[in-house]
Amino acid sequence: MGLAKRIIPCLDVDAGRVVKGVNFVDIRDAGDPVEIARRYNEAGADEITFLDITATHEGRDTTLHTVEKMASQVFIPLTVGGGVREIQDIRNLLNAGADKTAINSAAVHNPDFVREAAERFGSQCIVVAIDAKQVGNDKEPKWEIFTHGGRKPTGIDAVEWAKKMDSYGAGEILLTSMDRDGTKNGFDLALTRAISDAVSVPVIASGGVGNLQHLADGVLKGGADAVLAASIFHFGEYTVGEAKAFMQQAGIEMRI
Amino acid sequence: MTVQKIVVLDYGMGNLHSVASALKKVAPTDEVVLATTPEEAHGADRLIVPGVGAIRDCMEGFIRPGFVPLLNQCIEAGLPILGICVGMQIMMKRSEENNGVDCLGLFPQPVKFFGTDLQENGQRLKVPHMGWNQVQQKIDHPLWRDIENGSRFYFVHSYYVPAENNNAVAGETDYGVKFAAAVTRNNIFATQFHPEKSADAGMQLLKNFVGWNGAA
Repeated sequence: MGLAKRIIPCLDVDAGRVVKGVNFVDIRDAGDPVEIARRYNEAGADEITFLDITATHEGRDTTLHTVEKMASQVFIPLTVGGGVREIQDIRNLLNAGADKTAINSAAVHNPDFVREAAERFGSQCIVVAIDAKQVGNDKEPKWEIFTHGGRKPTGIDAVEWAKKMDSYGAGEILLTSMDRDGTKNGFDLALTRAISDAVSVPVIASGGVGNLQHLADGVLKGGADAVLAASIFHFGEYTVGEAKAFMQQAGIEMRI
Repeated sequence: MTVQKIVVLDYGMGNLHSVASALKKVAPTDEVVLATTPEEAHGADRLIVPGVGAIRDCMEGFIRPGFVPLLNQCIEAGLPILGICVGMQIMMKRSEENNGVDCLGLFPQPVKFFGTDLQENGQRLKVPHMGWNQVQQKIDHPLWRDIENGSRFYFVHSYYVPAENNNAVAGETDYGVKFAAAVTRNNIFATQFHPEKSADAGMQLLKNFVGWNGAA
Protein backbone atom coordinates (compact mmCIF):
# COMPACT_ATOMS: atom_id res chain seq x y z
CA MET A 1 0.00 0.00 0.00
CA GLY A 2 1.19 3.48 -0.72
CA LEU A 3 1.23 6.27 -3.19
CA ALA A 4 -0.69 5.42 -6.35
CA LYS A 5 0.73 5.86 -9.82
CA ARG A 6 -1.27 8.39 -11.80
CA ILE A 7 -3.10 8.31 -15.13
CA ILE A 8 -3.29 11.71 -16.78
CA PRO A 9 -5.38 12.33 -19.89
CA CYS A 10 -4.01 15.23 -21.92
CA LEU A 11 -6.06 17.78 -23.86
CA ASP A 12 -4.53 19.87 -26.65
CA VAL A 13 -6.43 23.13 -26.68
CA ASP A 14 -6.34 25.97 -29.19
CA ALA A 15 -8.22 29.17 -28.32
CA GLY A 16 -10.49 27.31 -25.95
CA ARG A 17 -11.23 24.29 -28.17
CA VAL A 18 -9.80 20.78 -28.01
CA VAL A 19 -8.09 20.27 -31.35
CA LYS A 20 -6.80 16.73 -31.49
CA GLY A 21 -10.34 15.50 -31.64
CA VAL A 22 -12.14 13.65 -28.92
CA ASN A 23 -14.61 11.00 -29.78
CA PHE A 24 -16.74 10.45 -26.69
CA VAL A 25 -19.98 8.67 -27.09
CA ASP A 26 -23.03 10.92 -26.60
CA ILE A 27 -21.14 14.09 -26.02
CA ARG A 28 -22.77 16.87 -27.95
CA ASP A 29 -19.81 19.12 -28.38
CA ALA A 30 -16.66 17.09 -28.66
CA GLY A 31 -14.46 20.17 -28.79
CA ASP A 32 -15.44 21.62 -25.43
CA PRO A 33 -12.50 21.08 -23.06
CA VAL A 34 -14.58 21.75 -19.96
CA GLU A 35 -17.06 19.01 -20.84
CA ILE A 36 -14.27 16.62 -21.77
CA ALA A 37 -12.35 17.30 -18.56
CA ARG A 38 -15.53 16.74 -16.58
CA ARG A 39 -15.94 13.35 -18.26
CA TYR A 40 -12.38 12.35 -17.42
CA ASN A 41 -12.89 13.53 -13.86
CA GLU A 42 -15.96 11.28 -13.59
CA ALA A 43 -14.11 8.41 -15.23
CA GLY A 44 -11.53 8.43 -12.44
CA ALA A 45 -8.61 10.25 -14.07
CA ASP A 46 -6.04 11.24 -11.45
CA GLU A 47 -5.20 14.59 -13.01
CA ILE A 48 -5.88 16.51 -16.19
CA THR A 49 -3.21 18.14 -18.33
CA PHE A 50 -4.25 20.95 -20.60
CA LEU A 51 -1.78 21.86 -23.32
CA ASP A 52 -2.48 25.30 -24.72
CA ILE A 53 -1.21 25.51 -28.27
CA THR A 54 -2.70 28.96 -28.88
CA ALA A 55 -0.37 31.46 -30.50
CA THR A 56 -2.40 34.69 -30.20
CA HIS A 57 -3.02 36.95 -27.23
CA GLU A 58 -6.79 36.87 -27.74
CA GLY A 59 -6.60 33.11 -27.76
CA ARG A 60 -4.69 33.14 -24.48
CA ASP A 61 -7.44 35.14 -22.80
CA THR A 62 -9.91 32.55 -24.02
CA THR A 63 -7.64 29.90 -22.53
CA LEU A 64 -7.68 31.58 -19.13
CA HIS A 65 -11.45 31.69 -19.25
CA THR A 66 -11.53 28.00 -20.18
CA VAL A 67 -9.20 27.12 -17.30
CA GLU A 68 -11.50 29.06 -14.99
CA LYS A 69 -14.56 27.15 -16.12
CA MET A 70 -12.73 23.86 -15.96
CA ALA A 71 -11.46 24.51 -12.44
CA SER A 72 -14.97 25.25 -11.24
CA GLN A 73 -16.18 21.83 -12.38
CA VAL A 74 -13.20 19.50 -12.09
CA PHE A 75 -12.07 18.54 -8.60
CA ILE A 76 -8.80 16.85 -9.41
CA PRO A 77 -5.47 18.56 -10.11
CA LEU A 78 -5.20 20.53 -13.32
CA THR A 79 -1.89 21.25 -15.06
CA VAL A 80 -1.74 23.87 -17.80
CA GLY A 81 1.21 24.18 -20.15
CA GLY A 82 2.09 25.80 -23.44
CA GLY A 83 3.41 29.31 -23.94
CA VAL A 84 4.30 29.88 -20.28
CA ARG A 85 7.07 32.48 -20.56
CA GLU A 86 6.74 34.94 -17.73
CA ILE A 87 5.96 35.02 -14.04
CA GLN A 88 2.75 36.84 -14.94
CA ASP A 89 1.68 33.92 -17.17
CA ILE A 90 2.01 31.57 -14.20
CA ARG A 91 0.18 33.93 -11.89
CA ASN A 92 -2.66 34.28 -14.41
CA LEU A 93 -3.02 30.53 -14.80
CA LEU A 94 -2.92 29.82 -11.07
CA ASN A 95 -5.44 32.59 -10.44
CA ALA A 96 -7.68 31.08 -13.08
CA GLY A 97 -7.61 27.78 -11.18
CA ALA A 98 -4.68 25.79 -12.57
CA ASP A 99 -2.89 23.80 -9.87
CA LYS A 100 0.35 23.44 -11.78
CA THR A 101 1.91 25.09 -14.79
CA ALA A 102 4.26 23.40 -17.24
CA ILE A 103 7.26 25.33 -18.53
CA ASN A 104 9.10 24.14 -21.61
CA SER A 105 10.89 26.45 -24.08
CA ALA A 106 11.12 29.35 -21.63
CA ALA A 107 13.13 27.17 -19.24
CA VAL A 108 15.69 26.45 -21.96
CA HIS A 109 16.02 30.12 -22.86
CA ASN A 110 16.37 31.15 -19.27
CA PRO A 111 16.81 28.39 -16.67
CA ASP A 112 16.62 30.97 -13.89
CA PHE A 113 12.98 31.46 -14.82
CA VAL A 114 12.31 28.03 -13.29
CA ARG A 115 14.15 28.96 -10.12
CA GLU A 116 12.32 32.24 -9.82
CA ALA A 117 8.95 30.60 -10.49
CA ALA A 118 9.57 27.86 -7.92
CA GLU A 119 10.61 30.42 -5.32
CA ARG A 120 7.61 32.58 -6.03
CA PHE A 121 4.89 29.95 -6.25
CA GLY A 122 6.46 26.83 -4.73
CA SER A 123 7.93 23.81 -6.50
CA GLN A 124 4.62 21.95 -6.22
CA CYS A 125 3.13 23.98 -9.06
CA ILE A 126 6.15 24.12 -11.37
CA VAL A 127 6.31 21.28 -13.87
CA VAL A 128 9.20 21.35 -16.32
CA ALA A 129 8.23 19.82 -19.66
CA ILE A 130 11.06 18.21 -21.61
CA ASP A 131 10.80 17.15 -25.26
CA ALA A 132 13.64 14.74 -25.98
CA LYS A 133 14.88 12.93 -29.06
CA GLN A 134 17.40 10.13 -29.20
CA VAL A 135 20.82 10.92 -30.62
CA GLY A 136 23.70 8.46 -31.00
CA ASN A 137 23.27 4.70 -31.21
CA ASP A 138 20.92 2.31 -29.43
CA LYS A 139 23.67 0.66 -27.39
CA GLU A 140 24.57 3.82 -25.58
CA PRO A 141 21.56 6.00 -26.19
CA LYS A 142 21.66 9.70 -25.46
CA TRP A 143 18.85 12.17 -25.78
CA GLU A 144 18.84 15.78 -26.79
CA ILE A 145 16.15 18.26 -25.83
CA PHE A 146 14.16 20.19 -28.40
CA THR A 147 12.06 23.31 -28.00
CA HIS A 148 9.22 24.98 -29.92
CA GLY A 149 7.06 21.89 -30.07
CA GLY A 150 10.02 19.70 -31.02
CA ARG A 151 11.21 21.83 -33.93
CA LYS A 152 14.36 23.41 -32.49
CA PRO A 153 17.36 21.34 -31.38
CA THR A 154 19.29 22.75 -28.44
CA GLY A 155 22.39 20.58 -28.11
CA ILE A 156 21.47 20.02 -24.46
CA ASP A 157 21.61 16.50 -23.00
CA ALA A 158 18.19 15.51 -21.63
CA VAL A 159 19.45 13.70 -18.51
CA GLU A 160 21.75 16.55 -17.51
CA TRP A 161 18.96 19.02 -18.20
CA ALA A 162 16.45 17.12 -16.06
CA LYS A 163 18.93 17.06 -13.16
CA LYS A 164 19.50 20.77 -13.52
CA MET A 165 15.78 21.52 -13.55
CA ASP A 166 15.36 19.36 -10.44
CA SER A 167 18.04 21.38 -8.67
CA TYR A 168 16.44 24.64 -9.85
CA GLY A 169 13.21 23.78 -8.08
CA ALA A 170 11.04 21.95 -10.61
CA GLY A 171 8.47 19.92 -8.67
CA GLU A 172 7.87 17.42 -11.44
CA ILE A 173 9.17 16.53 -14.91
CA LEU A 174 6.81 15.97 -17.85
CA LEU A 175 8.92 13.92 -20.24
CA THR A 176 7.89 13.49 -23.87
CA SER A 177 9.75 11.33 -26.35
CA MET A 178 9.70 13.09 -29.72
CA ASP A 179 10.59 9.81 -31.39
CA ARG A 180 7.56 8.05 -29.97
CA ASP A 181 4.97 10.82 -29.86
CA GLY A 182 2.04 9.85 -32.08
CA THR A 183 3.52 6.45 -33.02
CA LYS A 184 1.47 4.25 -30.67
CA ASN A 185 4.61 2.13 -30.22
CA GLY A 186 4.89 2.76 -26.50
CA PHE A 187 6.99 5.10 -24.36
CA ASP A 188 10.74 5.39 -24.89
CA LEU A 189 11.42 3.29 -21.80
CA ALA A 190 15.19 3.75 -21.78
CA LEU A 191 14.72 7.52 -21.80
CA THR A 192 12.04 7.36 -19.12
CA ARG A 193 14.23 5.16 -16.92
CA ALA A 194 17.31 7.34 -17.41
CA ILE A 195 15.47 10.51 -16.40
CA SER A 196 13.51 8.91 -13.57
CA ASP A 197 16.70 7.52 -12.02
CA ALA A 198 18.50 10.83 -12.42
CA VAL A 199 16.04 13.09 -10.61
CA SER A 200 14.52 13.16 -7.15
CA VAL A 201 11.14 14.54 -8.27
CA PRO A 202 8.26 12.63 -9.90
CA VAL A 203 8.41 11.96 -13.66
CA ILE A 204 5.40 11.83 -15.99
CA ALA A 205 6.01 9.66 -19.05
CA SER A 206 4.49 10.88 -22.30
CA GLY A 207 4.56 10.09 -26.00
CA GLY A 208 3.72 6.89 -27.81
CA VAL A 209 0.99 5.11 -25.84
CA GLY A 210 -0.94 2.73 -28.06
CA ASN A 211 -2.26 0.16 -25.59
CA LEU A 212 -2.60 -0.57 -21.90
CA GLN A 213 0.57 -2.62 -21.66
CA HIS A 214 2.45 0.53 -22.71
CA LEU A 215 1.04 2.38 -19.71
CA ALA A 216 2.07 -0.40 -17.33
CA ASP A 217 5.54 -0.60 -18.90
CA GLY A 218 6.02 3.13 -18.39
CA VAL A 219 5.77 2.53 -14.65
CA LEU A 220 7.27 -0.95 -14.32
CA LYS A 221 10.12 -0.63 -16.79
CA GLY A 222 10.47 3.12 -17.21
CA GLY A 223 10.12 3.97 -13.52
CA ALA A 224 7.55 6.69 -14.23
CA ASP A 225 5.42 8.06 -11.40
CA ALA A 226 2.60 8.99 -13.75
CA VAL A 227 1.62 8.21 -17.34
CA LEU A 228 0.10 10.67 -19.75
CA ALA A 229 -1.93 9.73 -22.79
CA ALA A 230 -4.24 11.45 -25.23
CA SER A 231 -5.55 9.51 -28.19
CA ILE A 232 -6.17 6.10 -26.59
CA PHE A 233 -8.61 7.78 -24.23
CA HIS A 234 -9.95 10.44 -26.56
CA PHE A 235 -11.00 7.97 -29.22
CA GLY A 236 -12.61 5.65 -26.74
CA GLU A 237 -10.21 2.77 -27.41
CA TYR A 238 -9.87 2.36 -23.67
CA THR A 239 -11.50 4.01 -20.69
CA VAL A 240 -9.50 5.37 -17.79
CA GLY A 241 -11.16 2.70 -15.66
CA GLU A 242 -9.96 -0.10 -17.94
CA ALA A 243 -6.45 1.34 -17.89
CA LYS A 244 -6.47 1.47 -14.11
CA ALA A 245 -7.76 -2.07 -13.74
CA PHE A 246 -5.11 -3.33 -16.16
CA MET A 247 -2.30 -1.56 -14.36
CA GLN A 248 -3.50 -2.81 -10.99
CA GLN A 249 -3.54 -6.35 -12.39
CA ALA A 250 0.06 -5.78 -13.41
CA GLY A 251 0.87 -5.15 -9.76
CA ILE A 252 0.88 -1.36 -9.84
CA GLU A 253 -0.64 0.62 -6.99
CA MET A 254 -3.60 2.54 -8.42
CA ARG A 255 -6.48 4.68 -7.16
CA ILE A 256 -9.44 2.58 -8.23
CA MET B 1 -32.18 26.91 6.40
CA THR B 2 -30.05 29.92 7.20
CA VAL B 3 -27.26 30.94 4.90
CA GLN B 4 -23.84 30.40 6.41
CA LYS B 5 -20.89 32.66 5.80
CA ILE B 6 -17.92 30.46 4.97
CA VAL B 7 -14.73 32.50 5.02
CA VAL B 8 -11.63 31.42 3.13
CA LEU B 9 -8.62 33.42 4.30
CA ASP B 10 -6.83 34.94 1.30
CA TYR B 11 -3.27 35.76 2.29
CA GLY B 12 -1.83 35.56 -1.18
CA MET B 13 -0.80 31.93 -0.89
CA GLY B 14 -3.14 29.51 -2.37
CA ASN B 15 -5.35 27.89 -4.86
CA LEU B 16 -8.26 29.88 -3.52
CA HIS B 17 -10.28 29.52 -6.67
CA SER B 18 -10.21 25.73 -6.30
CA VAL B 19 -11.18 25.85 -2.65
CA ALA B 20 -13.99 28.32 -3.34
CA SER B 21 -15.36 26.31 -6.29
CA ALA B 22 -15.34 23.13 -4.28
CA LEU B 23 -17.24 24.85 -1.45
CA LYS B 24 -19.79 26.24 -3.88
CA LYS B 25 -20.29 22.74 -5.15
CA VAL B 26 -20.93 21.19 -1.72
CA ALA B 27 -22.71 24.19 -0.21
CA PRO B 28 -24.48 25.90 -3.12
CA THR B 29 -26.79 27.97 -0.93
CA ASP B 30 -24.11 29.29 1.42
CA GLU B 31 -22.07 32.43 1.06
CA VAL B 32 -18.39 31.80 0.31
CA VAL B 33 -16.17 34.80 1.02
CA LEU B 34 -12.49 35.18 0.19
CA ALA B 35 -11.25 37.51 2.92
CA THR B 36 -8.07 39.54 2.54
CA THR B 37 -8.61 41.41 5.83
CA PRO B 38 -10.05 40.45 9.24
CA GLU B 39 -12.88 42.94 8.54
CA GLU B 40 -13.98 40.95 5.51
CA ALA B 41 -14.04 37.85 7.68
CA HIS B 42 -16.41 39.52 10.14
CA GLY B 43 -19.48 37.44 10.89
CA ALA B 44 -17.92 34.20 9.69
CA ASP B 45 -19.74 31.00 10.62
CA ARG B 46 -16.77 28.87 9.68
CA LEU B 47 -13.24 29.48 8.54
CA ILE B 48 -10.88 27.86 6.06
CA VAL B 49 -7.11 28.39 6.12
CA PRO B 50 -5.74 27.19 2.78
CA GLY B 51 -2.11 27.45 1.80
CA VAL B 52 0.21 26.58 -1.04
CA GLY B 53 3.86 27.48 -1.31
CA ALA B 54 6.78 27.95 1.00
CA ILE B 55 6.29 28.33 4.75
CA ARG B 56 8.11 31.63 5.31
CA ASP B 57 6.02 33.49 2.73
CA CYS B 58 2.92 31.82 4.13
CA MET B 59 3.65 32.88 7.69
CA GLU B 60 4.47 36.43 6.65
CA GLY B 61 1.40 36.60 4.46
CA PHE B 62 -0.73 35.31 7.32
CA ILE B 63 0.63 37.67 9.97
CA ARG B 64 0.62 40.87 7.87
CA PRO B 65 -3.16 41.35 7.46
CA GLY B 66 -3.77 40.56 11.13
CA PHE B 67 -5.02 37.02 10.66
CA VAL B 68 -3.34 35.67 13.81
CA PRO B 69 -5.63 37.47 16.27
CA LEU B 70 -8.58 36.72 13.97
CA LEU B 71 -7.80 33.02 13.99
CA ASN B 72 -7.38 33.02 17.76
CA GLN B 73 -10.75 34.73 18.21
CA CYS B 74 -12.40 32.18 15.95
CA ILE B 75 -10.80 29.33 17.90
CA GLU B 76 -12.01 30.87 21.18
CA ALA B 77 -15.49 31.35 19.78
CA GLY B 78 -15.67 27.69 18.82
CA LEU B 79 -16.05 28.28 15.08
CA PRO B 80 -15.34 25.23 12.93
CA ILE B 81 -11.91 25.76 11.34
CA LEU B 82 -10.36 23.80 8.49
CA GLY B 83 -6.66 24.07 7.60
CA ILE B 84 -5.42 22.73 4.27
CA CYS B 85 -1.83 21.73 3.35
CA VAL B 86 0.48 24.60 4.30
CA GLY B 87 -2.58 26.01 6.09
CA MET B 88 -2.20 22.99 8.39
CA GLN B 89 1.58 23.34 8.63
CA ILE B 90 1.43 26.97 9.80
CA MET B 91 -0.66 25.78 12.76
CA MET B 92 2.28 23.68 13.99
CA LYS B 93 5.07 24.78 16.31
CA ARG B 94 7.93 25.18 13.90
CA SER B 95 8.88 24.12 10.37
CA GLU B 96 12.25 23.02 9.03
CA GLU B 97 11.48 24.66 5.69
CA ASN B 98 13.36 27.84 4.67
CA ASN B 99 16.09 27.11 7.26
CA GLY B 100 13.57 27.01 10.08
CA VAL B 101 10.47 29.13 10.59
CA ASP B 102 8.45 29.57 13.78
CA CYS B 103 4.80 28.86 13.16
CA LEU B 104 1.57 29.53 15.08
CA GLY B 105 2.05 26.81 17.70
CA LEU B 106 -1.60 25.75 17.88
CA PHE B 107 -0.25 22.20 17.83
CA PRO B 108 3.05 21.30 19.56
CA GLN B 109 4.39 19.18 16.68
CA PRO B 110 7.17 20.17 14.28
CA VAL B 111 7.08 20.16 10.46
CA LYS B 112 9.93 18.12 8.98
CA PHE B 113 11.53 17.58 5.58
CA PHE B 114 11.03 14.21 3.88
CA GLY B 115 14.71 14.40 2.98
CA THR B 116 16.63 13.50 -0.13
CA ASP B 117 17.09 9.86 0.79
CA LEU B 118 13.57 8.72 1.51
CA GLN B 119 13.09 4.98 1.04
CA GLU B 120 10.50 2.26 1.35
CA ASN B 121 11.39 -1.44 1.02
CA GLY B 122 14.72 -0.50 -0.53
CA GLN B 123 12.99 1.67 -3.15
CA ARG B 124 13.87 5.33 -3.37
CA LEU B 125 10.82 7.55 -2.96
CA LYS B 126 10.37 10.74 -4.93
CA VAL B 127 9.99 14.04 -3.12
CA PRO B 128 7.66 15.95 -3.26
CA HIS B 129 5.16 13.32 -2.16
CA MET B 130 2.80 13.98 -5.06
CA GLY B 131 -0.37 12.13 -5.87
CA TRP B 132 -3.09 9.99 -4.35
CA ASN B 133 -2.27 8.20 -1.13
CA GLN B 134 -4.33 6.33 1.44
CA VAL B 135 -5.43 7.87 4.69
CA GLN B 136 -6.00 5.63 7.70
CA GLN B 137 -8.55 7.20 10.00
CA LYS B 138 -7.15 7.07 13.54
CA ILE B 139 -10.21 8.42 15.33
CA ASP B 140 -13.93 8.70 14.80
CA HIS B 141 -14.63 12.21 13.68
CA PRO B 142 -17.59 14.00 12.08
CA LEU B 143 -15.31 15.01 9.19
CA TRP B 144 -14.68 11.37 8.28
CA ARG B 145 -18.39 10.65 8.00
CA ASP B 146 -19.30 8.61 4.89
CA ILE B 147 -15.64 8.39 3.88
CA GLU B 148 -14.34 4.86 3.75
CA ASN B 149 -11.29 4.20 5.92
CA GLY B 150 -8.21 3.98 3.70
CA SER B 151 -9.66 6.28 1.01
CA ARG B 152 -7.15 8.05 -1.22
CA PHE B 153 -6.67 11.80 -1.14
CA TYR B 154 -4.47 14.06 -3.24
CA PHE B 155 -1.21 15.18 -1.63
CA VAL B 156 1.56 17.45 -2.82
CA HIS B 157 4.19 18.37 -0.24
CA SER B 158 7.85 17.94 0.71
CA TYR B 159 7.42 18.64 4.43
CA TYR B 160 5.32 16.64 6.89
CA VAL B 161 4.08 16.48 10.46
CA PRO B 162 5.23 13.24 12.12
CA ALA B 163 2.50 10.87 13.29
CA GLU B 164 4.68 9.42 16.03
CA ASN B 165 3.97 10.70 19.55
CA ASN B 166 1.27 12.88 18.14
CA ASN B 167 -2.07 12.61 19.92
CA ALA B 168 -3.62 15.16 17.58
CA VAL B 169 -3.52 12.76 14.61
CA ALA B 170 -6.92 12.19 13.05
CA GLY B 171 -5.60 10.44 9.96
CA GLU B 172 -2.30 8.86 9.09
CA THR B 173 -0.48 8.18 5.82
CA ASP B 174 2.66 6.23 5.07
CA TYR B 175 5.34 7.54 2.73
CA GLY B 176 8.66 6.22 3.93
CA VAL B 177 7.58 7.54 7.31
CA LYS B 178 4.21 7.63 8.99
CA PHE B 179 2.97 11.19 8.91
CA ALA B 180 -0.14 13.11 9.96
CA ALA B 181 -2.55 13.31 7.02
CA ALA B 182 -4.95 15.13 9.33
CA VAL B 183 -4.80 16.60 12.82
CA THR B 184 -7.57 17.86 15.05
CA ARG B 185 -8.06 19.72 18.30
CA ASN B 186 -11.52 20.77 19.46
CA ASN B 187 -12.94 22.97 16.71
CA ILE B 188 -9.87 22.76 14.45
CA PHE B 189 -9.44 20.10 11.78
CA ALA B 190 -6.52 20.35 9.40
CA THR B 191 -5.43 18.19 6.50
CA GLN B 192 -2.10 17.75 4.75
CA PHE B 193 -3.94 16.65 1.63
CA HIS B 194 -6.06 18.84 -0.63
CA PRO B 195 -9.74 17.92 -0.18
CA GLU B 196 -10.65 20.40 -2.93
CA LYS B 197 -8.58 18.31 -5.38
CA SER B 198 -9.47 14.87 -4.01
CA ALA B 199 -12.53 14.08 -6.13
CA ASP B 200 -15.40 12.35 -4.28
CA ALA B 201 -13.63 11.67 -0.98
CA GLY B 202 -12.48 15.28 -0.81
CA MET B 203 -15.92 16.64 -1.68
CA GLN B 204 -17.42 14.49 1.07
CA LEU B 205 -14.93 15.84 3.61
CA LEU B 206 -15.76 19.43 2.63
CA LYS B 207 -19.45 18.63 2.84
CA ASN B 208 -18.86 17.21 6.32
CA PHE B 209 -16.97 20.35 7.29
CA VAL B 210 -19.78 22.60 6.09
CA GLY B 211 -22.18 20.69 8.33
CA TRP B 212 -19.85 20.34 11.31
CA ASN B 213 -20.72 22.12 14.56
CA GLY B 214 -17.10 22.24 15.68
CA ALA B 215 -17.43 19.57 18.35
CA ALA B 216 -15.39 16.37 18.21
